[in-house]
Amino acid sequence: MDHKVVGKSAQRLDAVAKVTGRAKYTDDFFERGMLVGKVLRSPHAHALVTRIDASKAKALPGVVAVLTPQDLPQIKFATAGHPWSLDPGHRDVEDRLILTDKARFVGDAIAAVVAEDLLTADKALHLIEVEYEVLPHVLTAEDAMKEGAPVLHENRPGNIVSSFGVQFGDVEAEFQAADQVFEGDYETSIVQHCHIESMSAFAFVDTDGRIVVNSSTQIPHIVRRIVAQALGLPWGRVKVIKPFIGGGFGNKQDVVVEPLTAAMSLAAGGRPVRYCMNREEVFIDTRTRHGMKLHLKTAVSNEGVLKGIHVQVLSNTGAYASHGHSIAMSAGGKFRPLYDFRAIKYEPKTVYTNLPVAGAMRGYGTPQIFFALESHLDDIARKLEMDPIELRQKNLIKVGHMDPLTKNVVRSFGIPECIAKGMELIHWDEKKKAHQQQTGPRRRGLGMACFAYASGTHPVALELAGARIVMNQDGSVTLQVGATEIGQGSDTVFAQITAETLGIPVDMVHVVTTQDTDITPFDSGAYASRQTFVTGIAVRKAALEVRQKALEVATRRTGLPPAEMDIRDCMIVEASLGRAVCSLGDVAMDSYYDRILAAPITSDTSANVRINAMSYGVTFVEVEVDMETGKVEVTELWNVHDSGTIINPKLAEGQVHGGVSMSLGAALLEQMLFDPHTGKPLNNNFLDYKLPTILDTPKINAAFVETFDAAGTFGSKSLGECPTISPAPAVRNAVLDATGVAFHKIPLYPQVVFEKFREVGLLAERSVEHV
Amino acid sequence: MFDICELHEPETLQEAKRIFHDNPDLKVIAGGTDVLIRMQHGSLAGAGLLSLRNIRELEEIRMLGDGTLSIGAMASFTKIFQDDLVQKHVPVLSEAAVSMGGPQVRNVATIGGNLCNGAVSADSASTLFALDALLKLENLEGERIIPMGDFYAGPGKVNLGPGELLVSILIPREGYEGMGGRYIKYAMRKAMDIATLGVAVVCKVRDNRFAELRIGLGVAAPVPIRCFEAEAYAKGREITLECVQEIARLAVKPSRPRTSWRASKDYREHLIEVLAQRAVAEAVKRAGGCCAH
Repeated sequence: MDHKVVGKSAQRLDAVAKVTGRAKYTDDFFERGMLVGKVLRSPHAHALVTRIDASKAKALPGVVAVLTPQDLPQIKFATAGHPWSLDPGHRDVEDRLILTDKARFVGDAIAAVVAEDLLTADKALHLIEVEYEVLPHVLTAEDAMKEGAPVLHENRPGNIVSSFGVQFGDVEAEFQAADQVFEGDYETSIVQHCHIESMSAFAFVDTDGRIVVNSSTQIPHIVRRIVAQALGLPWGRVKVIKPFIGGGFGNKQDVVVEPLTAAMSLAAGGRPVRYCMNREEVFIDTRTRHGMKLHLKTAVSNEGVLKGIHVQVLSNTGAYASHGHSIAMSAGGKFRPLYDFRAIKYEPKTVYTNLPVAGAMRGYGTPQIFFALESHLDDIARKLEMDPIELRQKNLIKVGHMDPLTKNVVRSFGIPECIAKGMELIHWDEKKKAHQQQTGPRRRGLGMACFAYASGTHPVALELAGARIVMNQDGSVTLQVGATEIGQGSDTVFAQITAETLGIPVDMVHVVTTQDTDITPFDSGAYASRQTFVTGIAVRKAALEVRQKALEVATRRTGLPPAEMDIRDCMIVEASLGRAVCSLGDVAMDSYYDRILAAPITSDTSANVRINAMSYGVTFVEVEVDMETGKVEVTELWNVHDSGTIINPKLAEGQVHGGVSMSLGAALLEQMLFDPHTGKPLNNNFLDYKLPTILDTPKINAAFVETFDAAGTFGSKSLGECPTISPAPAVRNAVLDATGVAFHKIPLYPQVVFEKFREVGLLAERSVEHV
Repeated sequence: MFDICELHEPETLQEAKRIFHDNPDLKVIAGGTDVLIRMQHGSLAGAGLLSLRNIRELEEIRMLGDGTLSIGAMASFTKIFQDDLVQKHVPVLSEAAVSMGGPQVRNVATIGGNLCNGAVSADSASTLFALDALLKLENLEGERIIPMGDFYAGPGKVNLGPGELLVSILIPREGYEGMGGRYIKYAMRKAMDIATLGVAVVCKVRDNRFAELRIGLGVAAPVPIRCFEAEAYAKGREITLECVQEIARLAVKPSRPRTSWRASKDYREHLIEVLAQRAVAEAVKRAGGCCAH
């Protein structure tokens, strides 16, 4: 299709604002007389607060208020950033209080201080006297499910948040009938988002008595609801503003600091209070990616046809449910529309433990399940003595495939082309030959892994998006969306969709980048790779309405019916002749100032999107393994994506760079560590948590196979989370190729690789006695 | 926001010594990349600080008349790794300096701060130890010059007397002349990380024999150490692969690594042997020798 704006690398709208430092983030806003809040955190992984005395802290000059659990509403609320469900059976688990008198992890918030400055707040925290009755704690999902394990939440005596699963076909019958059955155990570690901007908010009570919360969030409309719920207020009494945000990656698809910040302001008589976490706090009391243990059992024919698979998952959700079981369920849904299994049984368990809370993180359970599945497929291929790529190719689904459970239909499926393109780009066959019979201390290997993902959450959750367009006097338009720009470039993409539809250049689309729940159209926010796909449909709908209205106004000037006209390069043209008849600006002026017919051209619409589109891709990677130190280095990497039509290639490439680097971190370096005896975090800072630096990141190559998906705007599908799914298993498979050693857990930390090399005899025990 | 009760910022060394003499409880702050992190973590609450940042004379790097290279304690890591004298005479120190932190940290962190902090992971310490560096310490009463080996008293502890400041690091001519060197910082990341192990090697080669070899190790024991037995073994020996392997094996002997959640004792010992061998081989190459056969 011939597009003027779509498919071009329009410069991101906020590029100049960000690189010149003029973009204002939550911490860049100041109110007169602003106070600061600090939180007192439990030093114990599991403990009851038996006494709390804040009198000394309150007496400290400069302290305005001290909050304890008793000072706050005792309303348990759910924090997950999901649309509200009218069906109580589909709501998130309500297990959280703003402050708790039962600590469930080291760092759980017990009390808070509001003071004139940070130093005073810090000193006041030390003056709060707390006595604890320490309880036994549990850190692993296995231990938490044992008979007699300590119970975190009274209404979940077995610590299981949910064990709801899904299945189709008869997997047991497939195992009975199969030529071969393979089993494997795989494990992923707890990692974190590491957005640059901390978790931060400030709140005050406005002159109309309403609470205003300014927050670094992906989901302002949901924050409004949850703040109101937590404080027991009517929802309309809360207003949430979201300015520029320095990264979220799912951590800010959760309500973390906002209810407490609002409570701090209320405790300080409505004065503005800022609560900004330091990095150590972000690590322990926001959200993490669920560490999962997966057991896969697969029925396969001797020819390598995958028949049935049984997947058992243990998902460690930490001390509170947050997104809870949704993440394990999402994982179970995303892997299905890729390989043509006749039977699938998916049995996940989401379990409470005394660890920091796991929640949404880019990929939402999918990186974990594809680490297991794609590692498992390479293990199976080795045992069948089959090429791992051929094994995958043999089992791919086809266009038209309908998932038997979600009923989502695959309308575009570019994986075969992605595989072919990736093999060519990395020179797979040549490299395979060159790597044969390596013996030195550094060995190279090749690996690949595929993934499938969705565009939004349909049919699991509501997918509602709002868009509002106002045409200005000069023919430019102002676009408002409830979907949030969080660095992914969505505002720019919406501007391109609008510009393409209206026949105007991108710089004539002014996007209001700040969301304010009082004035922003309703939309649940940035998550599930939904913005281009879901909100794009709303934006397109609004733009089409504006276009139609503009052509109707033009009819008054031209006498031509709207259907005979088009808007091209800001001109109204007679479509069949290509003859310009008047400018869009003329039409806009008529709409504002015609003495009889004036009515400004606007659209205020929403789309309830009840369709989904599957996105796909493949990672191809070459690694070099230092056989003596156990270090793994990625020497070449290609991520090849089928995300439908690419609306903005440069932004798409940026998404791939970010997503791949996250996955490589999880594959090789990143893990949150806890003292097994106390549950205390060991590495909740950027020195000890090994987030890769730019020097540790290889050149990341992005390539696209552009399919056209009829469900998406201009044929587009999701991309945001996709790049972070397949690199980790591809690296793991490349290490297997290089060394012959199959790793079953990430990260492939040098210490772990060393131990494994010792175990399998690749490294001899040290010969010299150490005296 | 830091809990600092007073801050002194003298502009001359003499003035600094006077203030420190009168207020021996002050905490000395150089670049601040360690002190401020400790304050952020809640230690040193209410500390008074003596900042050396305004004392220009402490930043100098110069060659003394007898061929001793003198490096001011307040020289930043950026300055050290870019310095012409350092690059010409002790490139291995330049290599160690640039391995530290990232550009921003190197711009403010100083070599004196790195040493006085007493961290066993200090990238400059093992290298200076291998270079037989001396430390010049001064207080109001006078000065003393001590070898690196006498400076470290234990983990995070150094031998500085009351009111005493590290003024400069002295590398005597025999410490560096004709030496090839290699510093391997083994860390999980290529930047912004502390060493899991630091191996510094300098050697002099004559007729493809070791005229001299010195090995300094960081994070191999509670304090930076030298591998004297390995060094003695090497002296005069022909450089062969077997010889280098034996040196590497002997380098493990004085080490006392411990198991922590960061790395196991076993792994650290293994790394000492592997990396000592690589560092010696590269140092030999840079000294004009050859250990391949």
